[in-house]
Amino acid sequence: MKRLLVAIGCVLSLSFAAYAEPAKAPAAPDAKPAVAAPATAPAATVAPATDAAKVAAPAPAKPAEEKKATLKANPKVTIPIFLAIIGATMAVVVWSAKQTKSAADFYTAGGGITGTQNGWAIAGDYMSAASFLGISGMISLYGYDGFMYSVGWLVAYITVLLIVAEPCRNAGKYTLGDILSFRTSPKPVRAVAAISTVAVSTFYLTAQMVGAGKLMQLLLGVPYKTAIIGVGILMVGYVVFGGMTATTWVQIIKAGLLMTGAFLLSVLVSIKSGFSPLQFFTDIATNQNIIDHVKLLPIYLKESAAGTATADAGQRFLEPGLFLTNPLDQISLGMALVLGTAGMPHILMRFFTVPTAQAARKSVIVAMFIIGSFYILTTLLGFGAAIHLSPQGIKQVDAGGNMAAMMLAKQMGGEFSPFLGDLLLAFLCAVAFATILAVVSGLVLAASAAIAHDIYVNVIKDGHADQKEQVFAARATSFIVGACGILIGIAAEKQNVAHLVALAFAVASSGNLPVVVMSLFWKKFNTAGVIAGLVVGTIASVGLVMVSPNMTYPDKVADNAKMAYTKLEKEIAEGKVKPEAMEKTLKTIEAKKAEEVKNRGGKSMLGLSKPLFTLKNPGILSIPLGFIAAILATLMFPCKKAEEMWDEIYVRQNTGLGMAKAIDH
Amino acid sequence: MAEQTYNWSAIAKNPKFIELHHKKTAFLFGWWIFSTIYYFLLPIGAAYAPGLFKIQILGRINFGYLFALSQFFVSWGLAMYYAHVANKDFDRLTRELVNELQ
Repeated sequence: MKRLLVAIGCVLSLSFAAYAEPAKAPAAPDAKPAVAAPATAPAATVAPATDAAKVAAPAPAKPAEEKKATLKANPKVTIPIFLAIIGATMAVVVWSAKQTKSAADFYTAGGGITGTQNGWAIAGDYMSAASFLGISGMISLYGYDGFMYSVGWLVAYITVLLIVAEPCRNAGKYTLGDILSFRTSPKPVRAVAAISTVAVSTFYLTAQMVGAGKLMQLLLGVPYKTAIIGVGILMVGYVVFGGMTATTWVQIIKAGLLMTGAFLLSVLVSIKSGFSPLQFFTDIATNQNIIDHVKLLPIYLKESAAGTATADAGQRFLEPGLFLTNPLDQISLGMALVLGTAGMPHILMRFFTVPTAQAARKSVIVAMFIIGSFYILTTLLGFGAAIHLSPQGIKQVDAGGNMAAMMLAKQMGGEFSPFLGDLLLAFLCAVAFATILAVVSGLVLAASAAIAHDIYVNVIKDGHADQKEQVFAARATSFIVGACGILIGIAAEKQNVAHLVALAFAVASSGNLPVVVMSLFWKKFNTAGVIAGLVVGTIASVGLVMVSPNMTYPDKVADNAKMAYTKLEKEIAEGKVKPEAMEKTLKTIEAKKAEEVKNRGGKSMLGLSKPLFTLKNPGILSIPLGFIAAILATLMFPCKKAEEMWDEIYVRQNTGLGMAKAIDH
Repeated sequence: MAEQTYNWSAIAKNPKFIELHHKKTAFLFGWWIFSTIYYFLLPIGAAYAPGLFKIQILGRINFGYLFALSQFFVSWGLAMYYAHVANKDFDRLTRELVNELQ
């Protein structure tokens, strides 16, 4: 097995080296920002996907001779750093492969992770490329709203800490199904829980995979498919050979690198304003580029036209409402975040890796400090990027602002020496790569645990499978799940996957969380309640997303195309287009017209011409539905056995008595 | 791995367990509700009380920014407070109960 791992490592290193070469070619950075925007920042664009698209739409209208700002990684610096990170994680896999003998080793690292380690791993699992790149980008383009957006991601952990972490550690073994099936009919409950877990993981995984592909394409010029296959093979390697031990250490390494990178950059930004927050905010509010940028935002235009603009444009950047304009959608998103995080199967699974409830508690607290510090640092990164790079420049590289942190690294380091700029950029690229690997590995593990442990071992084999068979099943399903992840990632290249993250959080908050909470805290809760809660919560949230503005509505696409070409035609009529750009502009007009014709009168996937449900986040409706369904079904089909077993689960979750022994070699 | 069997309903009636359970429930749900309300004041306030959020407090730094920043410190403070209470009270009660049973 060791030889096989080394061989995989070599092949990957070679393929990276080979594909990094074309990055030098001038054509490489010609990525399509409008497409990359929603994909590289899946979570950050949960709410704003269409707004970002709107902003991006007029981009082709820019005169051709205007130089596009580009972001190029220097392969001479980048490749060694990439190889070092892949090498370090490979070493972890080889080491942990030796330790993985039982199913408990595979799913929970034998319960032998300490609270602090687990805290770093949770932080690593949670700070996806979306938070890291997307939030700093949102702040750099929309100021205050970007920062406000990041708050919910931390507050979500209060729910995890107070409500689920410790009871889960005491009540469960490997998966969500273990907790839910404790005093209910195990087979149907496990099957439904496994389906929900696989659904949530797949939505999240697909969004991450597509984001990974686009990011690697944009940064290194690696072709999309190669990037997905590379990430996919590494991810499958980590999970299949190293199980939870390797996955945990990849997450810890990544969280450490990410914090280092964010901290270094923040220090560089702070130096610029003399480490004075007051100066920093004055710099933001008086920056001419930011003022120009805000003046052109639709909301500010509207406000000044209506005479309601109370602040100057620079100060307006520090006030709410430039981006998140629908309060109900905002609140709905907050609900999905706060309740969904605690229902995410890959987060729940992390509590089974520690030996005691105390360690579970400690790990959440450690994670909260890391995640919180990180989000506070993103303020410095986001606003710093807006000051030193200008929102206009950031938008040119990527319309969604996802490259703001990367550009900032190159710029800030470059002020000392070009080499330092390249080095910092290469470091951040590698961090982004490690981030994606860590997050996808965790998701693959959660999905394969649901299939192998819940469905194969407990439903099909009635729990009668020896350790060897269980480990084999776990490895085999991880391989299959990983392979499916790669295929889905390739197939979804052209899709707008932003809504998938909304879906993952919606299902976790409306399906998983209500049933977890009631299993732990309601005496009467039973089989009927679990199944009704999971099914109704999941169907309601998926259904609402399908009819929400997250989907593509061809008529809307047609309208946007029409707006774009009308604007271009007007520019030509006004003589604003330079002769040398004329041909290109005419071509764009042709393309937009064709796009309009193609889409006009079309229907969305569900045959709708416009969204039925106007919020992008269904939580505000689907979460109560999940709870109500679970409660009604429980009351309608009372179950004596479930009530009789209540004492046991309640005493267990509070005291840890009779806890599944983590280590049973 | 032969698990020791316990008389669960007897433990559930143990006064120590009842004390633990009451203390925990009150603390956990009380503070959870507090933190949730505090969090939702941010999006609700930003949407419905923009005037308040715009008030500049320190130089160019406004109330809205400080309020958003306070969310981090309130969450951290609550986490630390919970850790303190849990380590001191809940864990001690649990230990006493478990010792009594063994």
